[in-house]
Amino acid sequence: MRKMLIIGATSAIAQATAKLFAQQGDALFLVGRDADKLEAIAADLKVRGAAKVVYITLDLNEFAQHADLIEQAYTRLEGLDTVLIAHGVLDNQITGQQDYAKAEQTLRTNFLSVVSLLTLIANRLEKQHYGCIAVISSVAGDRGRQSNYIYGSAKGALSIFLQGLRNRLHSANVCVLTIKPGFVDTPMTVDFKKGLLWAKPETIAQGIYRAIQKRKNTVYLPWFWWFIMFIIRNIPEFIFKRMKL
Amino acid sequence: MHNTYYSWGNFPPASQQIYPLRWRNKQLALPEPSLTVLPFGLGRSYGDVCLNDGGALLLTRELNRFIHFDNDNGLLRCEAGVSLAEILALGVPQGWFLPVTPGTQFVTVGGAIANDVHGKNHHCAGTFGRHVVQFELLRSDGERLLCSPTSNEQYYAATIGGLGLTGLITWAEIQLKRIYHRAMQMEAIKFANLEEFFEVSAQSDQYYDYTMAWVDCNSSGTELGRGIFFRGNHVKEEEIPKQWQLPLLNRLPPGLRTMPIHLPNFALNRWTVAAFNSFYYKRQKSKNINQLVDYEPFFYPLDAILEWKRLYGKRGFLQYQFVVPYTDHRVITEILQTIAQSGLSSFLAVLKTFGDLVSPGILSFPRPGVTLALDFPIKGAHTFELLERLDNMVSEAQGVVYPCKDARLSAHHFQIYYPQWHELAKYLDPRFSSSFWRRVTAK
Repeated sequence: MRKMLIIGATSAIAQATAKLFAQQGDALFLVGRDADKLEAIAADLKVRGAAKVVYITLDLNEFAQHADLIEQAYTRLEGLDTVLIAHGVLDNQITGQQDYAKAEQTLRTNFLSVVSLLTLIANRLEKQHYGCIAVISSVAGDRGRQSNYIYGSAKGALSIFLQGLRNRLHSANVCVLTIKPGFVDTPMTVDFKKGLLWAKPETIAQGIYRAIQKRKNTVYLPWFWWFIMFIIRNIPEFIFKRMKL
Repeated sequence: MHNTYYSWGNFPPASQQIYPLRWRNKQLALPEPSLTVLPFGLGRSYGDVCLNDGGALLLTRELNRFIHFDNDNGLLRCEAGVSLAEILALGVPQGWFLPVTPGTQFVTVGGAIANDVHGKNHHCAGTFGRHVVQFELLRSDGERLLCSPTSNEQYYAATIGGLGLTGLITWAEIQLKRIYHRAMQMEAIKFANLEEFFEVSAQSDQYYDYTMAWVDCNSSGTELGRGIFFRGNHVKEEEIPKQWQLPLLNRLPPGLRTMPIHLPNFALNRWTVAAFNSFYYKRQKSKNINQLVDYEPFFYPLDAILEWKRLYGKRGFLQYQFVVPYTDHRVITEILQTIAQSGLSSFLAVLKTFGDLVSPGILSFPRPGVTLALDFPIKGAHTFELLERLDNMVSEAQGVVYPCKDARLSAHHFQIYYPQWHELAKYLDPRFSSSFWRRVTAK
């Protein structure tokens, strides 16, 4: 039985992933902002077979609360071996370009808050010599594009942070998984026009579940994004800068 | 956001705004007051009861959380967007089955209530609505009504079979049924004509929880109304073979048939349909086959072909299901003759007797009698004319047609079939409407 902490538990991808772990009879500790939503999710996960479901509400931008959050997870679950970090915001690129305060907010939520959480989590898992940390980054972090480079740079920085953390924790038997979803049909992307490349949160959740089981390093979800991003990363910059992406 | 959502019959086309719902305990976000709304689950209704052309659809599929499951008594509370497939996936391994299920498991609980669906066990269990203990109805003014046979009874009766027009069902509580294994004891019996059908049916309803028959709609003369009668029960505790016992409850045991009915995927026309139906009848050599099958192929043979509606091509198809009182076997014969003469083939025809258990909904379709379900590829005005003729025959025989499968019923016939629609109208939510409702209540 896993003892799993899920941060950003009301996100569509986190919800779908939590269902899969609940079916295995794992114990889950959920963190989100909205108590009504967490209550609905917790009841569902219990019916689906979770050994235990506990939730707390927290605004993750209050970094001072992070230590207490991790402490509570350890106490309530009587230990901790798996962490999924799924919170994030997708703000409007244009607003961020014009107003640094907005850009900073994107960076704080998507990058700095995760660094704060992972610092606390990594130190504890390193000491106990087992565990798995899975973090949702994005294909947007693979290369900067004019349409969303603020969000992209937060996710890119996050991916590099995770690379380093993986390198550090490898000897402590702790795996670090970087999850890079492509376009996912969730409330976060409700205003986008959907096409062939769009995936359901359930599909992404299956991929995350398998990657955690297999202790993978980096996964693109669905798999074909590896191929798309391979091409995008390898377009020479003198061409890339002229493209409307 | 505008989007094109179709019903299962791919007809009629409709254009509507889309409002995905995600949380049962949050306020209902509605479009501007000029637009009406209609809940939309998995879109398995055949016609336009699930469409709202020019209005908005409230997508309920993400309200798919369980709320509570009392495993000792089989009482399940869940959000209205949970599918019957999800309930089976949860319940069957723990020995609980749906009290009533239609021919597909890909419908939502909300849709099953709104259409007060029935199944092969109507003669002993009645409709789905009879097993709904209670539900919450969220009205457009924000009021939340707890509905049960003893609380807000009028809204309970109006919402069951109420075609989604009385407000949004946010969650429901359902009484599940005890089973000991996922396997079914099934028997298939050939019958040569309608006389024989009624004989087998009368013998079977007493001993079998599930009965229905497939009818060859393309035969005529002395072969008119030939077909195969299916009857079955969940296996009883003492009948479970040793190698299948409890740990295997959620796995397919060895030797269990997975697919008794194979459907061809060639284009449908009157010759191929006639040939298929004839082949299907003759394939069964013996009069009587007795075997154990898994519940999935027994209840949901068509679910194995996910998008089977595509067999009919883009023009879509029409379903026609009616029930007429018992006394009139004659009507069924006449209708089968009319179809055979028209040259319009029904690919699948399903015949069943309904029992006399009362449906709880004001507008519920099932009532004592014989029901026949047919489907027709849309071949222009000819098809619509045939169904209009059938309407005349059904209404003359005091029968009714099933709204959930309809896309073309005239207001005239609807109001003859369901004079109680005025009663339902009192409980409609003023912001809710559907393409179907506007059509059949037009002056």
